[in-house]
Amino acid sequence: MTYRVIGVIAYLLLAPLLGGLLNGLDRKISARMQGRIGPSILQPFYDVRKLFSKQFIIVNPAQTFLILSYVLTLVFTGCMFFAGSDLLLCFFVLSTGATFLMFAACVTNSPYSNLGASRELVQIMSYEPAVLLTCVGFYLATGSFNVSDIIQSKMSAIFMTPGFFAAFVFILTIKMRKSPFDLSTSHHPHQEMVKGVTTEMGADNLALFQLSEWYETVFLMGVVGLFFINENPWSYLVAILAILAVYFLEILIDNTSARVKWDTMLKLAWGVTLFAAGTNLIILMIAR
Amino acid sequence: MWTIPFLIMFPFLVSILMFTIRVNKVRNTIAYVSAGIIIAATAAMVVQWLAGGCQNMNLYYETHLIDRAMLVVVVLLMCLVTFLCFKYKRRLISLLSIIPTLMIVKLELNGPELSSIAHIHIDRLSVLMCVIIGLIGSLIVIYSVGYMHGYHHYHTEFEDRRYYFFMLLFVFLGSMFGFVLSESLLWIDLFWEMTSICSFLLIGYTRTEEAIANSFRALWMNLFGGVLLAVAIYLTAYGTGNLSLQNLVALGVAGEKAVMIPVAFIAVAALTKAAQMPFSTWLMGAMVAPTPSSALLHSATMVKAGIYVLFRLAPAMCGTTTGLLISFIGGFTFFAASFMAIAQSDGKKVLAFSTISNLGLMVACAGVGTSETIWAGVFLMIFHAVSKSLLFQNMGATENSLHSRDIENMHGLIYRLPRLGMFMFVGIAGMFLAPFGMLISKWSALKASVDESNILLVLFICFGSATTMFYWTKWMTKLISFTDTEIKVKDITKKDELFSLSIHAILMIALCLLFPLLSKTYVEPLLFEMFGHATAVLPTAVLYLLIVIICVIFCVPILAFKYSEHIEVSKKLSYMNGINVGNNKEFVDSFGEPKHLFMSNWYFRVLFGQRKLMVPCEIISAIFMIALLAVIIGGAV
Repeated sequence: MTYRVIGVIAYLLLAPLLGGLLNGLDRKISARMQGRIGPSILQPFYDVRKLFSKQFIIVNPAQTFLILSYVLTLVFTGCMFFAGSDLLLCFFVLSTGATFLMFAACVTNSPYSNLGASRELVQIMSYEPAVLLTCVGFYLATGSFNVSDIIQSKMSAIFMTPGFFAAFVFILTIKMRKSPFDLSTSHHPHQEMVKGVTTEMGADNLALFQLSEWYETVFLMGVVGLFFINENPWSYLVAILAILAVYFLEILIDNTSARVKWDTMLKLAWGVTLFAAGTNLIILMIAR
Repeated sequence: MWTIPFLIMFPFLVSILMFTIRVNKVRNTIAYVSAGIIIAATAAMVVQWLAGGCQNMNLYYETHLIDRAMLVVVVLLMCLVTFLCFKYKRRLISLLSIIPTLMIVKLELNGPELSSIAHIHIDRLSVLMCVIIGLIGSLIVIYSVGYMHGYHHYHTEFEDRRYYFFMLLFVFLGSMFGFVLSESLLWIDLFWEMTSICSFLLIGYTRTEEAIANSFRALWMNLFGGVLLAVAIYLTAYGTGNLSLQNLVALGVAGEKAVMIPVAFIAVAALTKAAQMPFSTWLMGAMVAPTPSSALLHSATMVKAGIYVLFRLAPAMCGTTTGLLISFIGGFTFFAASFMAIAQSDGKKVLAFSTISNLGLMVACAGVGTSETIWAGVFLMIFHAVSKSLLFQNMGATENSLHSRDIENMHGLIYRLPRLGMFMFVGIAGMFLAPFGMLISKWSALKASVDESNILLVLFICFGSATTMFYWTKWMTKLISFTDTEIKVKDITKKDELFSLSIHAILMIALCLLFPLLSKTYVEPLLFEMFGHATAVLPTAVLYLLIVIICVIFCVPILAFKYSEHIEVSKKLSYMNGINVGNNKEFVDSFGEPKHLFMSNWYFRVLFGQRKLMVPCEIISAIFMIALLAVIIGGAV
């Protein structure tokens, strides 16, 4: 029980810190890849602080409460995960939370955020099967959906679930809205959908959204780490290295690819899921 | 228990009244009162049964006279169908009614010596079905009084045959009660045919070309199921020496070879009722009828009859080829129908596809046939019955006010028709969002199908969940999109319609809150009855977590709303590349004129269209079904 409480409190306090740092790192490495010096690693924190101090501009009054609901549900998902509860339920709650974001975007009736919301929906449809299958993979490898049981298994799940891992890393690009799958929101507001879902978010709302991104990143990286963790304490080190490697891979993909159309994304994501996770699923099912 | 014959017979008596009384006001009053009496009788039955200690009951052993009367009814129904088939020049279909009827008649008059069995069986599953039929069905009747008034007010092109419509509604309810309470396969067959014919007549209510074509499609598909059922009854009579459904299932569980074919045939017959691929088109066609009949077909009656039979058979199907067949067809239908729902913009069509898809999941649960999947299936059934009934009734009311049922026209419905918009929102949320029961059922179904190593079903559930989420969320965002509030739509929803809708919405939320309790006190004992061993499907940890989730998801938006009310904000126009006109509804076009802005959803008709996918899906499922049926027959002979 104490571990659960510690997990939740640590997540609540540290996740924005870690997420912000990862984001800063992302911007720094991206800049270097593009031959720029880039901002300081702490830049994301400065940005958020500044956003909080700005005048609160909205398009529709309902926006704020919907974004707030989105953020809180997302944080709750992370808390569930770090409290060691059921992984599948975590993702179910996460997808319920995601609908709040869509509502927040649509309620404005702004063309760009509507477009972004539609695309976000396609993104969810693309990654949802892989996410659910990942949970199934953990269940097959360790016999439980519970995070607290998974981390106490004799052997890291990755040895049994390389295919699920591949599929999960693939859809991570979609989940984190990185190029080539940054359909619902773009890095630069000079493109066909401006800033997509976040177009109409300003000041505190945008700051909250940014915070939720950090919480989400830490949660997702936690799932990546979960593949590597077993009862041996040293496995945590391996997990951290794996997380950094995966995060770097995402940055690399982000900087070396151009946005694709939604149908390409859907076909690719489902194809990879079916091939990688599906094959792994069949092997594990037969081997049981 | 006097309530049992009362529940079956009372609706039939009322239906005669409905047909004979041609004064609308009088008939409406009687319809209200009768619906109330049915609800009260259902409640009385439940109370009686609870007071008796929730015992399983077998009743009516000696029913020679009733059997003869039923035989007469079966023959009369056959005559009716044959007459209509000849009248509308679809003569071949009549064979599907004549053949099984003659088989049943032969069996009854000149069949083997059958041992005496109970004809009525009461256990938790049948009581649950009675509650669903009694409550939801009666509410639909109350709703339709108001709805049909508005319907004939606007659709003057159709002849006003409300007496006939209400007669059918009550016959439907009566035969559904009979269906779920019967234990004798002969009785089941009679009520089976009655529901088939009722739905056929309801679909053809308007008597337009389309309605007639669709009603005959529904007729032949359901009668085809009836033929399979009749064959199964024949085989059971000769194979086991009696016609008890329980006995059949018990023999199936024991692995008796002789009952494998009847079990498979009844299961496939149930697929036609539950509108599974390749028999789904009849339910799609059923939408031409007035909305209350869709609500009835989709939620409380008809399709649930198929699911009910499959649940009954589930223990006998677990781990057999029949189970594989049923779980594949169910899983495949869940996936394929949710795909096709994406491409639909007609609200009723989306609802119809979603019904087929959700039924697919229930059918798959029954096919896997373990206590975990039946747990999931039962909850899916309860939640689906309430939310689908709510959604269909709401769709009807919305269509009456909005004169359209296109989802694109429901832009900002929550501001234009606040009450109906809210109901629709609750109904849709109930269909797929956490913490509503659908999701937790999916959790259980997924876990059980992994445990049973059903690879295809796992994949179907994972991919089908994604598509399900897509078409529902798309619809919900449309409802809340901000819009032109100046164009007021007059809400002409009648009081009785609102009454029924409100009760549904309250039920929906209450079910969501009480569902852990319902699981512990009712559904787990139900599984014990069915499988003979106790199962705690929800581990305590998950149960507590679920309660936390329910609280959080209900509280978060409320708290967030309360908080956001107090923030000082400045309202600005939305971003439109600097070509704003001065409001959020228009922009400046290339001629410098203001142009109305219209946001549309994505439908991907080219990729996911019904025209493109339906036939291939039907072929795949038909081939699979025929192949596995051949394997089953071959294995049993």
